[in-house]
Amino acid sequence: MKIVATDRVGKEHVVEGRDGWSVMEILRDAGLPIAAECGGACACATCHVYVEDGWYEKLSPPSDAEVDMLDMALAVEPGRSRLSCQIVCADELDGIKVTVAPE
Amino acid sequence: MSTPIETDVAIIGAGPIGLFAVFELGLLDLKCHLVDILDRPGGQCTELYPEKPIYDIPGLPIVTGQDLTNRLLEQIKPFGAQYHFGEMASALEKLPDGKWKLTTDAGTEIVAPVVVIAAGGGSFVPKRPPVPGIEAFENKGDGVGVHYAVRKMESFRDKNILIAGGGDSALDWTINLAPLAKSLTLVHHRDGFRAAQHSVNQMRELEATGKVKFHVASVKSVHGDENGRLMAVTLSGADKKEWMHEIDSFLPFFGLTIKLGPIADFGLNLHENLIPVDTAKFESSTPGIFAIGDINTYAGKLKLILSGFHEAALMAQAAFHICRPNEKLRFQYTTSSSNLQKKLGVNA
Repeated sequence: MKIVATDRVGKEHVVEGRDGWSVMEILRDAGLPIAAECGGACACATCHVYVEDGWYEKLSPPSDAEVDMLDMALAVEPGRSRLSCQIVCADELDGIKVTVAPE
Repeated sequence: MSTPIETDVAIIGAGPIGLFAVFELGLLDLKCHLVDILDRPGGQCTELYPEKPIYDIPGLPIVTGQDLTNRLLEQIKPFGAQYHFGEMASALEKLPDGKWKLTTDAGTEIVAPVVVIAAGGGSFVPKRPPVPGIEAFENKGDGVGVHYAVRKMESFRDKNILIAGGGDSALDWTINLAPLAKSLTLVHHRDGFRAAQHSVNQMRELEATGKVKFHVASVKSVHGDENGRLMAVTLSGADKKEWMHEIDSFLPFFGLTIKLGPIADFGLNLHENLIPVDTAKFESSTPGIFAIGDINTYAGKLKLILSGFHEAALMAQAAFHICRPNEKLRFQYTTSSSNLQKKLGVNA
């Protein structure tokens, strides 16, 4: 599967996802500026992304813990904002578009 | 300014690795002072995930971040380390006699032959909302402009205050400042809060009595007058409709994030915000300055707590030779050495 990620300067990156990996891990390993300070524990909100072009609705809804943690994220956009450590790569997400949120 | 503190080792960072460094240094009779910007020990373990279990600490099948910190504190208690919490290590200077002077933003000065940087990713600092030009309104004095913490509540009396955020700090300060404020408005991106339920209830009561105004909205821009005084913000509501809101002070509460901070200006070699070290001593390219834990980098580095523990042990051996150049280091085991057991305060 592919992830289409736009960084903070508006540059688009197409990166190969891996089944079972989180989108955060893929973006971080691809060198995108994802802080992910807590390492994927849904505990810091520094892997915040906007999920674009109708992909938000195709994801399983955020857990209560993620909704809570998003309260600590900056520039949250309801209906777009997710923590990328909580999005797991899967074939049905092939082509998912995300934008790295501002820090 | 007070007289500088003289010690063997100044440690920057009181996270798990800084704490364990006290143990390894302590076994070699080296005394430590620790500086941490947080107001308590534990670093990321207690700031980010105090309740989350950690499963990869050798010998502890499951331990929370808080528990690990508590256990480390117990383990290092015999060594009497001194802590300087709520202080940021802000400058590092080499003295003519070869020792280092570490200065904090609170004016504390620590002089030591060895400095150990165990600062993780750097300093925890408040998250700054990505609102263009917001920096210009920071540090404008008590009660006015942008503040990420409340030091003196009284300075906010009779002010028009805007608070942004939905966690405990946002709600606690909404509740505490509402009785003093001329007006208090809370904005958050949803009509729900991460905060404790009793705080949410209290906020709702204040809203019902008109003491607090709450909007599902976010701050889009900030506006000042010609003297740089904050005057208003533009808010954007759930329906994307924007409006101006006049304020004296804006308090964003989105928790903390990690920035490298002043360590970047210590004159050390840095590689992508990490300090390259050798793997025999975990010393930086500047003699006497060591880096252990998440802040260092070397071939094969893994950012694991257990790696940091190992690094602390090797660092301590090298630090001994700097602090006690004329003494021979005797390598001993805690299991068998009555000398070490005495230091630990246990009966042989």
